[in-house]
Amino acid sequence: MKVRQRVERAIAPPVKRRWASVAGASLLTVSLLAAGGGASLAGASTKSAKGLSGEVKVGASVSLSGDFSATGVTTKQGYQAWADWQNAHGGILGKKVHMTFLSDGSSPTQVVTNYQKLITINHVTFVVGPYSTLLTKPSSVIANRYHKAMVEGIGGGPSVFAQGLTNVFDVSAAALAQMVSFAKWIPTAYKPQKVAFAAITTPFSDPMVTQVRKILKSKGFTVTTIDIYPLETTDFSPIAATIENSGAKIIVLGTQPPDGYALIQAFAQAHYTVTAIIEASGPDQGSSFVQAVGQTNTTGVMWPATWYPGAPGYAAKTLVSIMTKQFHIKKTTISANVAEAFSAGQVLAEAVNHIKTTTNKKLISYMHSKNAKFKSVQGNVCFTKLGMNPCAQPYVFQWQHGSQVAVLPATKPGVVKIMNPKPKWGTGTAG
Amino acid sequence: MLILQGIIDGILIGGLYALMGAGLTLVFGVMEIINFAQGILVILGAFLSYSLVRATHIDPFVTILITIPAMFLLGYGVYYLLIARLKRDRVIMSLLVMFAVAQVIEGVLDIAYGGTLVQIHASYVDTSLRFGSINIPLVYLYAFILSAVLMGCIYVILYKTKFGRALRATTQNPAAAQLVGIDVHRVSAATLGIGVGLAAAGGMLYGMTASFNPASSYDLISRLLVIVILGGFGSVGGAMAAAIIMVVIEDVVAVTWSPVWGQTMFYLVLVAVLLFRQQGIFGKQIARAQ
Repeated sequence: MKVRQRVERAIAPPVKRRWASVAGASLLTVSLLAAGGGASLAGASTKSAKGLSGEVKVGASVSLSGDFSATGVTTKQGYQAWADWQNAHGGILGKKVHMTFLSDGSSPTQVVTNYQKLITINHVTFVVGPYSTLLTKPSSVIANRYHKAMVEGIGGGPSVFAQGLTNVFDVSAAALAQMVSFAKWIPTAYKPQKVAFAAITTPFSDPMVTQVRKILKSKGFTVTTIDIYPLETTDFSPIAATIENSGAKIIVLGTQPPDGYALIQAFAQAHYTVTAIIEASGPDQGSSFVQAVGQTNTTGVMWPATWYPGAPGYAAKTLVSIMTKQFHIKKTTISANVAEAFSAGQVLAEAVNHIKTTTNKKLISYMHSKNAKFKSVQGNVCFTKLGMNPCAQPYVFQWQHGSQVAVLPATKPGVVKIMNPKPKWGTGTAG
Repeated sequence: MLILQGIIDGILIGGLYALMGAGLTLVFGVMEIINFAQGILVILGAFLSYSLVRATHIDPFVTILITIPAMFLLGYGVYYLLIARLKRDRVIMSLLVMFAVAQVIEGVLDIAYGGTLVQIHASYVDTSLRFGSINIPLVYLYAFILSAVLMGCIYVILYKTKFGRALRATTQNPAAAQLVGIDVHRVSAATLGIGVGLAAAGGMLYGMTASFNPASSYDLISRLLVIVILGGFGSVGGAMAAAIIMVVIEDVVAVTWSPVWGQTMFYLVLVAVLLFRQQGIFGKQIARAQ
């Protein structure tokens, strides 16, 4: 051992200790900053708001790294856009909204720490939800422990409501309701046949697909493939191959963006013609989706949501304007997460401005009351005892010639004719 | 037919993982460093190719003519700036240093590109060869061919060049190699450079076959470590064989049983092999004379 140490010392280059210390310290500092997760605080003051005195702190944990980083960024943009809009419209109780963000690295453990920190150290007055059911579930427990309302727009999986908490308020349509209009449309357009299903094991996507399966089975459709795959999956070719092998022409996928992109690409590579395809998430990511799968492969792909860039909701045009001017995102490519986060902020502000106090207990009580109705960019909002929004109107959207359009339910205003059957992959025209 | 499709997909994608894992195993063989930054270096390579394609509209395969040398220099520099300066507990400390390097690179990529998923595009990304019901995406085929060519280059460098002899000597006994006149630091720096250069090529291929963002590195590194451990740390051929075996098993189980079990099987095979061969399938019993 001693011989080796001597040899190692002999072959090691001279070390400038001071340089090494500086480099080490710099590296450590940069790495802590770069990590972006955990305890790193990212305070975000919004644009100056004239005529407002004092401020109301609103805290959110957002996934700026990890599995949900793509959608975490758009969630943060949604909250920032709302704070700017709210401040331009009198703030909350005449005070300026100040957003405080913490990054959770998409970790259910870190999100718990973050909400505890937001409430006990940052002393935020209100908290709004993180991205995904997976993170909303544990964070809503923390908010409940500190008697805080948690208004959220991206955590509508059944497991959130199954907790029986009374402080959770989901402003979007619940997961189980999201694809119902699609499931009801299929029997009107197709005779009973094989339908392939696949879903990632998240508490949002899986129940959504299960609900469609139940409805279609009751109408005589046959389930050919049920692929459930873990969040960590990186190779989606076996899933695509299994679906192709089933021969099903109607495909229902409970996806997140990465697998949503990969499966469409795999079907396109195999020239596997389908007549109808819907994904839980992925196509809703706007430019990111277009860039990943290619413009001509987007045409005909459907997804459920309560908002699209041309939606007629309250302040919807302003949201589009903020996103295009402030975040330089094209109107047609704005992610639905932006609107979901924006809506959560809108509903929070409306409720607080109505009760004229920042007391969370009164806020929770009011939001549960029968006469509490709200307007948001996603449409009407009201809440059940468990915080679901039965007033929401979930739409099904479709990419048509480079644009996102609402296609279901067909009876609703602003809805255009569904493109059916879906054109072959690679034949959609650019918008 | 579905099983055959799973086998073909497994072989093609396994070749890609072999390329990404080759750098990891090579660096461990020479320096006994587990390069935790390999996953994010692959993603860095993917982003570099992505940016070059966007800026110049050249074919993604051409970008590696720029990204491999650039990332070779990065690896070379990291060795002299960080690894070579470690005086004590080098194995443990270098592990921490590479982890910090990974964090820095991820942070820089987060700032530069954000969390949005992107993908490298070329005209043939959506094209495939069809043999009956068997489908072979061209991009996977090209990726496998490039992986095989680069792995062949590594073989030639290792076994047919003077540098390769020096590298193998350093792998076997760094102290003795130093005593016979081999510049161990230069060999180590070049090895890290090659490892990082391979990540550039692997990144370009990965970026053509999947959408990625800086966070994609976490899933990658865990799979690469499994492949390298199974193949035997330090064995480039072992990494290639292990990658193909693992991905074929995973894909066949996924198509015949369930994708969940495909993933699980990936790790069960690792556990099973390590119960009987702690050094991995192709690793030597005593990796290095001390």
